[in-house]
Amino acid sequence: MLVKKVKSRILFLFLLFISFSIIIFVILKSLEENVVYFLSPTEIFNKTDISLNKKIRIGGLVKINSINKKNTSINFIITDLKNEIIVTYEGLVPNLFAEGKGVIAEGNLKDKKYFLAKKILAKHDENYMPPEVKKALENTNN
Amino acid sequence: MLKKLFPNKILSIKNKTINNLIVLLAIVIAIGLFYSLIISPPDYIQGDSVRIMYVHVPSSFIAIGCFAFIGIASVLNLVFKNKLMPLLAKSLSGIGFIFSIISIVTGSLWGKPTWGIWWVWDARLTSMTILLLFYIAYILTWKFIKKYEDANKISSVIAIVGLFNLPIIKYSVDWWETLHQPSSITLTSAPTIHYTMLIPLIIMFLGMLIYSVIIFLMKYKTEIIKFKLSNKKKIK
Repeated sequence: MLVKKVKSRILFLFLLFISFSIIIFVILKSLEENVVYFLSPTEIFNKTDISLNKKIRIGGLVKINSINKKNTSINFIITDLKNEIIVTYEGLVPNLFAEGKGVIAEGNLKDKKYFLAKKILAKHDENYMPPEVKKALENTNN
Repeated sequence: MLKKLFPNKILSIKNKTINNLIVLLAIVIAIGLFYSLIISPPDYIQGDSVRIMYVHVPSSFIAIGCFAFIGIASVLNLVFKNKLMPLLAKSLSGIGFIFSIISIVTGSLWGKPTWGIWWVWDARLTSMTILLLFYIAYILTWKFIKKYEDANKISSVIAIVGLFNLPIIKYSVDWWETLHQPSSITLTSAPTIHYTMLIPLIIMFLGMLIYSVIIFLMKYKTEIIKFKLSNKKKIK
């Protein structure tokens, strides 16, 4: 049916495919710590080897009623609904930064519960809808 | 189906067919732009910057789709030594290259007002940049390696290696924590985009798809003519 040459080429590509998949899997696995863009408060809580000098990113939701603005500095709590971290930041926050929305803070941990942010990013979720639909949804929920 | 892609069929495509496609393209893009810029509502949180999505998402789809075709064509090329496959892949590479640049630039323009930053090195953005680099490598091999057989083999290997990047792009947002949001449109569950925004997205996708088909047909025709001419020269 298939010519012998073609058969050997298919076998070669197949073996190449398998070995390449394994190589890429191993590389990504070993780089996982760098590929992950941010850690959740629970991951910080469970982590045993935390260096306070290293720049890290933490992410989660801004806890409702936790934002506290004082002049140029802002305090708020990042939560993943299990654990919480208090964040202090000096500067302007993105427009989409709001209570109950996703946020990522870049900076240093002071301890496991307290974070000094140098940069704040707002994280958008995968939901897209017009304002009227959002209002209608809120009304049915309440 | 595949027979339609054979040289004689492609060469017999008249300019009229392509002109008709261009008219169709103009209509679909006009409807798509009108729908996405005027009829569709702003997002409840992003406001009007949501409209960038109508260009960003289709171009990402096409950039990834083109590379998938190039990769598969390259596998078939290496296994069966099919003469048409390299020409097919070559004609697709320019389209995918342009759309991956559009995807990255529009994503960046959207990121600034939404995230508060133009660019981050999270898994999705990085893997998309790698796709762009694969496109550049693929195109440059064809440009700079003069001997056809060598260019053919090397570019095929590049495309096959690049194929591994595609599932990484697709699933990067699910496998790792990223700044980029997960997909709103999936095969398994209902889309998380409201239908008033989904309709313009689909129309814009169709428009860009038609554009890609037009460019592909024109490019493929040229590649076949070039290939035939260079073979004639060799015989002389």
